[in-house]
Amino acid sequence: MLYREAGQFKTSYASDQAIFPILQDRIGIVVILAVAFTLPLYADDFIVNAVMIPFLIFSLAAIGLNLLTGYTGQLSLGTGAFMGVGAYACYKLTTIWPDVNIIVWVVCSGFFSAAVGAVFGLPSLRIKGFYLAIATLAAQFFLEWCFIRIPWLYNENISGAIEVPQRELFNIIVTGPRATAETRYYVVLCLVVAMTWIASNLMHGRIGRTWMAVRDMDIAAELMGIRLLPTKLMAFAVSSFYCGVAGALMVFLWYGGAEPAVFNINQSFTILFMIIIGGLGSLLGSFLGAALIYVLPIALRFGPELLGLHMHAATVEHVTFMVVGILIIFFLIAEPAGLARLWQIGKQKLRVWPFPY
Amino acid sequence: MRAPGGSQGGREAVAGDILLSVEDVSLSFGGVKAVSGVSFDIRKGEIRAIIGPNGAGKTSMLNVINGFYHPQQGRITFKGEARPRMRPHDAAHGGIARTFQNVALFRGMSALDNIMAGRTLKMNANFFWQMLRYGPAMREEVEHRHKVEEIIDFLKIQEIRRTPVGRLPYGLQKRVELGRALAMEPELLLLDEPMAGMNLEEKEDMSRYILDMNDYFGTTVALIEHDMGVVMDLSDRVVVLDHGIKIADGTPDEIKGNQAVIDAYLGVAH
Repeated sequence: MLYREAGQFKTSYASDQAIFPILQDRIGIVVILAVAFTLPLYADDFIVNAVMIPFLIFSLAAIGLNLLTGYTGQLSLGTGAFMGVGAYACYKLTTIWPDVNIIVWVVCSGFFSAAVGAVFGLPSLRIKGFYLAIATLAAQFFLEWCFIRIPWLYNENISGAIEVPQRELFNIIVTGPRATAETRYYVVLCLVVAMTWIASNLMHGRIGRTWMAVRDMDIAAELMGIRLLPTKLMAFAVSSFYCGVAGALMVFLWYGGAEPAVFNINQSFTILFMIIIGGLGSLLGSFLGAALIYVLPIALRFGPELLGLHMHAATVEHVTFMVVGILIIFFLIAEPAGLARLWQIGKQKLRVWPFPY
Repeated sequence: MRAPGGSQGGREAVAGDILLSVEDVSLSFGGVKAVSGVSFDIRKGEIRAIIGPNGAGKTSMLNVINGFYHPQQGRITFKGEARPRMRPHDAAHGGIARTFQNVALFRGMSALDNIMAGRTLKMNANFFWQMLRYGPAMREEVEHRHKVEEIIDFLKIQEIRRTPVGRLPYGLQKRVELGRALAMEPELLLLDEPMAGMNLEEKEDMSRYILDMNDYFGTTVALIEHDMGVVMDLSDRVVVLDHGIKIADGTPDEIKGNQAVIDAYLGVAH
């Protein structure tokens, strides 16, 4: 009833082409942003540090993969490695030039990742689907090998891991063990919001249409004058940029240090599951997928306690695994196109309520 | 230039300049000769039909014109310029658009986005402005939306513009595909069986759109079609292929009376 567009007349194509053409959606997004930006005021450190920061970082990585797999149709299993490139690039940059603003290095590390991603995207001209996934798997294994075997990348650290040095921004400690969760949260949030906004702009315009055209029917796309190789490479580059920044954020603003195992194939699979369950080709789906895979298990662990049940920690863990597994199967059966599609169907139902269509 | 209702009993011949000429083109896949030694031309502003029994090499011919296949022999001249190895996107740049035998729409996108995608080549706001969706990028988006809306009006598909094309019935999908090709403002439009699988009413609609498009936008059309009624009514000239060889070329009336064509379609007694 509240979700109606009656009376909202578009008088220009610009307003009709807006990303949120419906007023209620705009209000919704403002509310979500307001809650996100005021969260540290009423949520405790645990929520901010162990739930929100990782959730946002995973969402960003999922957006990165979604740009490539969901929008451009190029299946990739190299996400973890591309995140690693971002993290290691950021580490090298900030240890070589410690005086430069750390946010600048986090964003710059994305460019390194983008370059590497574009190189490993070259096979995409010739191969598609599962075969391309195997080709990107090569990137995963090769880059992981680099993270382990090239000591220069982790500054010859004996432990073989990278440790995040302390960096300040306007006299506020942003990274390192002494940075507060609140500060780190705001940095992550600002970057994620800005990059989501950019991704949304790109996907609603010419570039998004060419990517989706390549995904849906590459022969027809070529006939519209879209060059396949540059388009696919650009998708690889932009996608890897997002993954790289997510990787840098993960190490610098969440873990505080990392060993190569963080960026292994499991990471790639996790992100891939997120976008499949969240919804391929949907930015919202990236967030929903990250929420389901990362946040839900945490929430479930607190479930028994809230219900007044006292269970063994190990039992809770097992139950959580089972419940998450069941939910994943349930959602995939309910809507194979992902949570984002469920949300869309729900909105459509609301728009025409009380009529069925 | 053409009298209203001119489709009755054949259309007036259009004597424009030659837009595209195919000279002695041969194409083979291994031992299979798809097209051998075919020559014909397409004049500016005409509707040119390519007909022939199944496997005659019609679609291969379109693929050669498009640049999907490169003929082993022969020459294709488009707008007075011979291009030996043309890629499909070069063809698009040159002004050749195409629809497919089995609909090749971008299934995950709305009808509107499909047609907007047809205007990709005409849009050039750079990556920076695209990122912000502001300034030149937004201006361009709106400007091209105007053009696309004209096409939507022309094809009378207003009510489905926001529908994902995968959900549309076949006849409408064909119409959206025509819209997408039109959005490129092509000089030469290749239609591969635009009426396949349609009922009579849909065929009449589609014929009307093809004629109107030819009249209003002056688009030159090359079409492959199996429905002889449609071909004879719509086209200015017809070329007939059989087993990759050209067996006849002329106005619909000439083709109707041509013995070789009748033999190819009906078979000859041995």
